[in-house]
Amino acid sequence: MSDAKVIPFGEEPRSKRRSRRGGTGRTHRAAAPLAPVPQPREERRSAGPQEPVERPAAASGGSPSAAGPGWERRLAHGLEFLRRRITGDYEVDEFGFDRELTDQVLMSALRPLYEKYFRVEVRGVENIPEKGAALVVANHSGTLPVDGLMLQVAVHDHHPAGRHIRMLAADLVFALPVVNEISRKLGHTLACAEDAGRLLERGEVVGVMPEGFKGIGKPFSERYRLQRFGRGGFVSTALRAGAPIVPCSIVGAEEIYPMVGNSKTLARLLGLPYFPLTPTFPWLGPLGAVPLPTKWTIQFGEPVPTDGYPPEAADDPMLMFNLTDQVRETIQHTLYKLLVQRRSVFF
Amino acid sequence: MREGPTEGKALILGRVVLVTGVARRLGGRFVRRLTREPGVDRVVGVDAVPPGHHLGGADFVQADIRHPAIARVLTEHAVDTVVHLDVNGTPLGKRGSRAAVKETNVIGTMQLLGACQKSPAVKRLVVRSTTSVYGSAPRDPAVFTETTPPKSLPGGGFAKDAVEVEGYVRGFARRRPDVAVCVLRLAHLIGPGADSPLAEYFSLPVLPTVLGFDPRLQFVHEDDAVEVLRIAAGEPARGTLNSGTFNIAGDGVVLLSQAARRLGRPTLPFFVTGVTWAGSALRALGMLDFSAEQIRLLTHGRVVDTTQMRETLGFHPRYTSAGAFADFTRSRGTGLLPPHALARTVDRIAAAVPAGRGLN
Repeated sequence: MSDAKVIPFGEEPRSKRRSRRGGTGRTHRAAAPLAPVPQPREERRSAGPQEPVERPAAASGGSPSAAGPGWERRLAHGLEFLRRRITGDYEVDEFGFDRELTDQVLMSALRPLYEKYFRVEVRGVENIPEKGAALVVANHSGTLPVDGLMLQVAVHDHHPAGRHIRMLAADLVFALPVVNEISRKLGHTLACAEDAGRLLERGEVVGVMPEGFKGIGKPFSERYRLQRFGRGGFVSTALRAGAPIVPCSIVGAEEIYPMVGNSKTLARLLGLPYFPLTPTFPWLGPLGAVPLPTKWTIQFGEPVPTDGYPPEAADDPMLMFNLTDQVRETIQHTLYKLLVQRRSVFF
Repeated sequence: MREGPTEGKALILGRVVLVTGVARRLGGRFVRRLTREPGVDRVVGVDAVPPGHHLGGADFVQADIRHPAIARVLTEHAVDTVVHLDVNGTPLGKRGSRAAVKETNVIGTMQLLGACQKSPAVKRLVVRSTTSVYGSAPRDPAVFTETTPPKSLPGGGFAKDAVEVEGYVRGFARRRPDVAVCVLRLAHLIGPGADSPLAEYFSLPVLPTVLGFDPRLQFVHEDDAVEVLRIAAGEPARGTLNSGTFNIAGDGVVLLSQAARRLGRPTLPFFVTGVTWAGSALRALGMLDFSAEQIRLLTHGRVVDTTQMRETLGFHPRYTSAGAFADFTRSRGTGLLPPHALARTVDRIAAAVPAGRGLN
């Protein structure tokens, strides 16, 4: 980053960061498997794979060294969960968000990737309000939208009120089989003003990555350079709902699939917005699709309030551009700061 | 117009309601309900074929709404309220063809509206439509409001008919601004006696699904459908307005996988192309009308917003989507994998696990 001449002032020294990483952020989570009676929040760990049929086997093989009663309790808990699933006795909201499945299965499936593989460090998650609507605006990168999923795990696992973030996704996600099904169950919905507005009205935390395909499909040489933030539609949606905008910077996702080329012909043939060529993909086949184990940092910034504006402000293009730029600048500067602090891509 | 003259007239003269499509179950039930309604003087049921069920004291006129003769029926009986229910996705009985249904939907509506336009006595028009007019596409917002323009207009089938019918109704409303026009976009009808295509689909022993898609569905119970038609056909209650376009659906959402589990019927996922093929095979065997729009629905699902229905129309459905489906399940009985048997098996396994007793 030749243009990233940002002096890291007012931040803690590296040694301190290191101790913090193993400390405060994830203390309760690291201690969880040893607790004889797991807290309800911790029990999410015990959930098995996606297909309920395989569930008992996986649960019994899950934690052999854990204390006996805890293990049995988990099995009983798992059976209860299985019973609800196979009889269809659960609720989904109008977007198809399956809270139970997300908590018990999908989050547990993503957590190893989050904790062990990318070792995500979360900062400033308390900037997301305890209750009420908020719009989290994040940068988008990494060829595949892994950053959105990791952001969701980060909010889910670290927010003091245990809030769920509802990500907005591209229409391509909802056109693909399997991806669409899982995405809807995770609570994602289409990135459009109607859906975003509806979620904010219901007082949900909504996550949006306004760069879209321009951000996620940009070449490796342009890493950490924010692209245009769409047409700023997210700002007017937040203004209409009076929801604060929480800027969010994600470092580490850019390097998981270094996109050195883009086969436009293949992309056009497959109807995709881009077809990534990385040093390993597609040359090594499916093995090339394994992401690099980079070290991630997700930093939530100070919320930008939007409730002080008159109702007609949502249609004021100047204000839109100003707010969009303000949010974009905040994310860009935070990215540069985090990059300066970063010791290495992988550690 | 809503209060005052019309209301006064209704009280003095009583009302004459004409209902089309009474040979169908919904039409028959609605007519029977309407005859008990205070303030309704006479109910005239119209259909091309005589109904198999009784109409509870209503007059039945055998007339095809595709022919101009319908205008004579309107004037002869001095009809002031027309409830057009003869907008259907499937033919009545086994022998009807899709082409005839389309003609009844589109040409029939045109003729009926033409007749209404000529008849000065008509003061109120209620048209049954469907939420299919929104289509189903991955680029659509998750929840449709009455004003959401569809991203992809329905290319054919019942949905296209309904879009055309609504177009004619809008034209009629422009030409006769003195008539209160109400268009009800009903979600999928379901209940013990419903004969909608989706009810037929859920009666299959094994449900073909689209691999990797779990659509969100909404249902209306047939009791609620009759009730909302009654509200739309009568004078609006204080503080409500029953002209306009309204989405009608039970609260909440049921996923297809969830519905299949509650019904105890196994699902058989196909690739999208395979579903099309299986659909045409089933149709050829006469087992089910599994049209392209059905497949699109079972791929992307459809959920509508019902705020207008509650706040403007003042209708609060008695059944949620899940409740309507539960009632349907009770009437049809469970399938090959009854949920209570599965639950019992799990309970037995749970009882075998010494949970809670521990090792000490």
